[in-house]
Amino acid sequence: MRNRFDEQLFELNREIIEMGAMCEEAISAASGALLAGNVELAGKVKANGPAIDQIERDIESRCVKLLLHQQPVARDLRQISAALKMITDMERIGDQAEDIAEIVTFLEGRTMEGMALIGEMARATIEMVTGSVDAFVKKDVEMANWVIAQDDVVDDYFSRIKCDIISMIAENPADGEFALDLLMIAKYFERIGDHATNIAEWVIYSITGMHKEV
Amino acid sequence: MSGIITAKDMCLWYGNHKALNNVSIEISEKSITALIGPSGCGKSTFLKTLNRMNDLIPGVKITGDIRYGGMDIFSGEVDVNNLRKEIGMVFQKPNPFPMSIYDNVAYGPRTHGVTNKVELDGIVEQALRDAAIWDEVKDRLKKNALGMSGGQQQRLCIARALAVKPKILLMDEPTSALDPISTSKIEELVVEFKEKYTIVMVTHNMQQAVRVSDYTAFFLHGELIEFDKTDSIFSQPKDQRTEDYITGRFG
Repeated sequence: MRNRFDEQLFELNREIIEMGAMCEEAISAASGALLAGNVELAGKVKANGPAIDQIERDIESRCVKLLLHQQPVARDLRQISAALKMITDMERIGDQAEDIAEIVTFLEGRTMEGMALIGEMARATIEMVTGSVDAFVKKDVEMANWVIAQDDVVDDYFSRIKCDIISMIAENPADGEFALDLLMIAKYFERIGDHATNIAEWVIYSITGMHKEV
Repeated sequence: MSGIITAKDMCLWYGNHKALNNVSIEISEKSITALIGPSGCGKSTFLKTLNRMNDLIPGVKITGDIRYGGMDIFSGEVDVNNLRKEIGMVFQKPNPFPMSIYDNVAYGPRTHGVTNKVELDGIVEQALRDAAIWDEVKDRLKKNALGMSGGQQQRLCIARALAVKPKILLMDEPTSALDPISTSKIEELVVEFKEKYTIVMVTHNMQQAVRVSDYTAFFLHGELIEFDKTDSIFSQPKDQRTEDYITGRFG
């Protein structure tokens, strides 16, 4: 029975890695579409949304089955409960990538030229998502802690971008809608950073049994 | 945590075989402690030592200290019958005496000098009620206990243990010979007993330990490897051997 259980845990791991990779792709593509004003690429991000939702359902159902059949304890219990929590954050990352892509379609080809900070924030956020998935794959507490610390960097970008947007509106009130779209985008990136932080915290819990103090 | 039983550096030999090695543990009052570990790890031996059941086995040698309510249970002043009255035992296989249901329960109190019929009736009824079997047997108290089902027999044995008003109940895999419904009844009883008694229970059923116990002690090769709150043992065990055992990697 233990061998069978190990195989099922291995499959669970594989699916989470796959879902993580899908989220990384979604956020990278959304960011690429945003920076280049590529509406077609943004459309692809939106089209991939249901696949992320589906894999979340699949993993969820696998976890519930494992809880029912194996009544796991210790490391096994932590791995499965962490998986159940992580996929919620992953799914939210997918949703927010879609939200960004949707705004890109409204911007009708307008690029982020002159908004270097948005590009930097996008890169920092993508690194966090990649880092959280890597930390899970490699069971790397150090990497997970790096992701958690990186959230402050992303939060800082958000504050700076917000200041820039305020100036932008003051200088050119006619472009207010674009400014608000940018603010939304920055907020989505900031939220993605929060979800990557949550994933990293669950990775640490799964490995050590300790959850980072709130 | 107030320790009703404390063991310190306890070792036990069956002849040349050392079955328990430097076991130290403090069992807190009115709690449920589960003893887990693979077959032959010493958990049942440890359980039986607590009310000196191992005295009956030839060639047993025990060193170290076991105290019940502060008193050394191996001291010459201890009356073993009295000790076993205070620390009762329920075994894996229901073992009713081949006599009536009533006489099974009345056996202990009679041994300890209760002869008054009215008093005995009261004790028997209360013990059977406490063991959640009164309603099933009240109309057939004079029937032979061997005619009962396995689950009923086990609850009768629990009633028999309760009839002498013990402080502690030792249970050696009390549900391993029972069907799921009977098992569930005994588990419910054990949890209710916590208000009045201290329970120490050997179990091979990990889920039972999780469901029922407050503390869990993991034994391996005669040693107490880890002793902690049950939730801690089963969510984040500190010792790799505990982790490997409870997750089914060995044993």
